[in-house]
Amino acid sequence: MIEVRDLRKAYGERKAVDGVSFSVEEGEIFGILGPNGAGKTTTVECVAGLRVPDAGRVRVAGLDPVADHDRVTRVLGVQLQRSELQAKLTVREALELYATFYERPADRRALAGRLGLDAHLDARFGTLSGGQKQRLLIALALVGDPRAVVLDELTTGLDPRARRDTWDLVESIRANGVTVLLVTHVMEEAQRLCDRIAVIDGGRVTALDTPAGLIGRTATARVISFAADSPLDPADLAALPGAAEVTGRDGRTVVTGTDATVDAFVSLLARRAVTARGLRITDATLDDAYLDLTS
Amino acid sequence: MASTPAPASAARAVLRTEARLFAREPAALFWVMVSPTVLLVILGLIPSMREVSAGLGGRRAIDLYVPVAVLFALIMAGLQAMPPVLAGYRERGILRRMSATPVRPAALLTAQFVLHAVAALLSALLVTAVGRTAFGVALPAHLPGHLVALVLATAGGLALGATVCAVSRTQKAATAVGTAVFFPTMFTAGVWVPVQAMPDTLRRIVEYTPYGAASRALDEAARGGWPGPVALGVMVLWTAVLAGTAVRRFRWE
Repeated sequence: MIEVRDLRKAYGERKAVDGVSFSVEEGEIFGILGPNGAGKTTTVECVAGLRVPDAGRVRVAGLDPVADHDRVTRVLGVQLQRSELQAKLTVREALELYATFYERPADRRALAGRLGLDAHLDARFGTLSGGQKQRLLIALALVGDPRAVVLDELTTGLDPRARRDTWDLVESIRANGVTVLLVTHVMEEAQRLCDRIAVIDGGRVTALDTPAGLIGRTATARVISFAADSPLDPADLAALPGAAEVTGRDGRTVVTGTDATVDAFVSLLARRAVTARGLRITDATLDDAYLDLTS
Repeated sequence: MASTPAPASAARAVLRTEARLFAREPAALFWVMVSPTVLLVILGLIPSMREVSAGLGGRRAIDLYVPVAVLFALIMAGLQAMPPVLAGYRERGILRRMSATPVRPAALLTAQFVLHAVAALLSALLVTAVGRTAFGVALPAHLPGHLVALVLATAGGLALGATVCAVSRTQKAATAVGTAVFFPTMFTAGVWVPVQAMPDTLRRIVEYTPYGAASRALDEAARGGWPGPVALGVMVLWTAVLAGTAVRRFRWE
């Protein structure tokens, strides 16, 4: 649905995007994850045809977003970062206006209902809360009944409840058959929503995998912890295969490592015939994987 | 996949929406549509303004102030009201958002030009009507000439405002630059001293500025002839230069 090959874009001397490639399959929620200034927004702006790439190939539904800008705007809806509406424009007027831009717009009333905007149709944009503004901007991205949407920094500045609601909404967008390209720097959001994630850092893709795959490929995918007074020698722990680090915190010993580390740890307990009290084995989070991939 | 351009109704919808938003700005409406007439009425209430003066070729000062108030309306629309709106649309990503739809963001700018032009012309009409009914100021003796001058002056005023917006990076800067340009244009439009009452040398210089030329063209039409080629030529030239500068320098974001 969306194809990006070796995309490059520089602003003067600064290379914002330096050889990014990925492709988004139809019906997928694809995440672009990375720190601020990593080149995420520039990448999606090239996808939306708002910037002209210096080099590389971008296709949306087989169309070039620059040469075929007009047609791309009909298949791709966008919700842009730092993009507002006229302060005194009402929700209803915004939906009506944007609907006139498309030949076959989505049903505005149903859309407003789905996005929880029906109670605010007569409210002006400037008076909406952050979450309401964001929902309206998502509605405008969907009003042309697109096959794919770009959602850039969707939940920045939203409170936890509004954030959860927005996530449910993204899932419902996909359930309606729309492909989603989601830009975020919120791990929890990427882990919860995305089928696959491209981690971008310094203008390059540093990893591209499913959330579970990204976590699994880090050096510290598993975390073993137990009470510090358990009769185990830290030197033995550090010697476990794949063990990355042995630390103590809050009266507990914490060993990070891989699946192999866990297997060897269990064997060690059996061999020594000891018990690790309060033993917990947990998976690393995408946070850990992210820090590992963007360091 | 359809490849036809955006429905023609889209441009009309943008204009309709912008007109609604325009009507929601009471301050801009007052300064563009009402304040020129208020200025005229205040001046007209001063008795000496209504006395025939030999220095003004047998006319009264209030006769000269009707075209001044007309130009004041154009200045208010083009220079004070419009630049902050356009710069704000750019600064707040409204133009960029529209770039991602089948409609070009130029539709928004066009709508703003049209609305400010219409508002300024309605204001000019109000000034002329009040001048006629309240102070007995004669209507322009050469109506086609007057209309030509008025349309050209409006185009020049909007081009000046667009240039202000093009050279300003932010809404704040657009307001500041607009205000800095505002006072010289007020002077050259004759708000303090009508151009026709200025000393000869000063008048000749002022008549090469956009509003000075407009003032001369309106005055020539008021006295019953077509505006002369010099005044019209100066206006056309200024409009072309300013519009060209605005187009070249304007950044969409």
